[in-house]
Amino acid sequence: MSNRSIVALKFVVFPACLIPLAVLVYQGFTNSLGPDPVATITHTTGFWTLYFLLISLAVTPVRRLSRRLAWLIRFRRMLGLFAFFYAMLHLTTWVWLYSNFDVHEMVHDIGKRPFITMGMLGWTCLFLLAATSTTWSIRKLGGKRWTMLHRLAYVAATAGVIHYWWIVKTGVRTPWKVTVVLAVLLLARALWWAKEAVSKKKVAVTA
Amino acid sequence: MLIRKPSDIPSSEITSKSDYMNRRKFMTGAAALGVAAFGADRLKDIASPGEGVHATEKLATIPSKYSTTGVAPTSFQDITTYNNFYEFGTDKSDPSHNAWRLKTSPWSVKVDGEVKSKKVFDIDALMKTHPLEERVYRHRCVEAWSMVIPWVGYSFSEFIQQCEPLSSARYVQFLSLDNLQEEPWIRTVDLHWPYSEGLRMDEAMNPLTLLTFGLYGQTLPNQDGAPVRIVLPWKYGFKSAKSLVEIRFVKNQPRTTWNESAPNEYGFYSNVNPNVDHPRWSQKYERIIGAPFWKARQPTLMFNGYGDQVASMYQGMDLRKDF
Repeated sequence: MSNRSIVALKFVVFPACLIPLAVLVYQGFTNSLGPDPVATITHTTGFWTLYFLLISLAVTPVRRLSRRLAWLIRFRRMLGLFAFFYAMLHLTTWVWLYSNFDVHEMVHDIGKRPFITMGMLGWTCLFLLAATSTTWSIRKLGGKRWTMLHRLAYVAATAGVIHYWWIVKTGVRTPWKVTVVLAVLLLARALWWAKEAVSKKKVAVTA
Repeated sequence: MLIRKPSDIPSSEITSKSDYMNRRKFMTGAAALGVAAFGADRLKDIASPGEGVHATEKLATIPSKYSTTGVAPTSFQDITTYNNFYEFGTDKSDPSHNAWRLKTSPWSVKVDGEVKSKKVFDIDALMKTHPLEERVYRHRCVEAWSMVIPWVGYSFSEFIQQCEPLSSARYVQFLSLDNLQEEPWIRTVDLHWPYSEGLRMDEAMNPLTLLTFGLYGQTLPNQDGAPVRIVLPWKYGFKSAKSLVEIRFVKNQPRTTWNESAPNEYGFYSNVNPNVDHPRWSQKYERIIGAPFWKARQPTLMFNGYGDQVASMYQGMDLRKDF
């Protein structure tokens, strides 16, 4: 895909990523957030954090399917940053609507409630990833170290899925779909690495 | 005696059917926006034919001295579309879409256990044995949200007299319908079915304990536990078992579904208590259903505000241990 069409496509993808927020805002203004607006806002921002994380983690495995999909990598940073954007909104609902800015209460909750601890862990990972997402950071850190650091994306996604399992009631299995998607994406990477390791060995043997 | 007619309910409090149906149009519109690539579930909901409020009949009620005053009832629409009734799905909106499958007629309630003799009560007869009272109660869910609901029913203690329990009966167990034909969602949730709840005998005798047949002056919509349920306003909502098919008077503390599932999270008593947190979240505050999001948060009251009528039953008990 040409550079020009990638840029053009970005102008479409960027506003599309804002649709979930736009819908929330629209619902807020038309008083149609449902019977439990706080829960609607929390769940929507939480789900979209997970969805954007999974979509950005899908970029690499999908790209590896064909050389012709290499351009997808140009969208990964934007998708990842949107994951952080929705995570930020999700955290804000907790800080504001649930905790009413009570710092003492929040610190207590982070220490005491495993699902919040896990959520904060995921958020912290996303924060580090977002903070080092600039081209300047890549240069400053060096490609290798930057790549290592950005493996935190796996930690963030795993923490997000565990965070989800720990908030639903025992016996409820709704988080299974995102769990399967995450498992498939991680497995795809494991298989790729295994394949790489084998072919490297072969190269070593023949050389 | 003042017979309060259903027409006494201010029409402002009842959502018109057309408004209710328009809610669907909005949902369809939202889906059309293509918001939800992940929203196949929603599409299924929209396509479902029997959604919404089911045929209910108006009931003649009398006012009750046990009714909570100075509180604004939650809208009929919210009470009938925001439900935890896992036999019909785990999403709050699932029961309103799926509960049309529930067949509430004919219906009977079996009474057995430590009683003089086993009995079967037909629902129509059960509704006629005592005058139906309108009782406005606060309703506090363990998930930290709350409603105010104008229930219709009579004190469970009146019913207990007809059951003639023996002195050996120390607890009451409530069993809900467990029918895979009508409630296929049962398969999707790992809980011990049928849904079972229980009370100590003195709790069951408390006049606040309401054998409930309706809300907003009409028979219970299916998603709210038709045709008969128990309502315990000082306990978390899950104690108030829905769609009752059997009531047992028993010697020992009966199994209760959520307690069996996670004993560290849900106690047998499960009295509303802002001082004892659920292990995963605080119970100090609650979200008022139907309120705008920036003012939905309000402090939770001890025994959900019914301490005057119920606190004496728990005197001398450590409510942190017996939560």
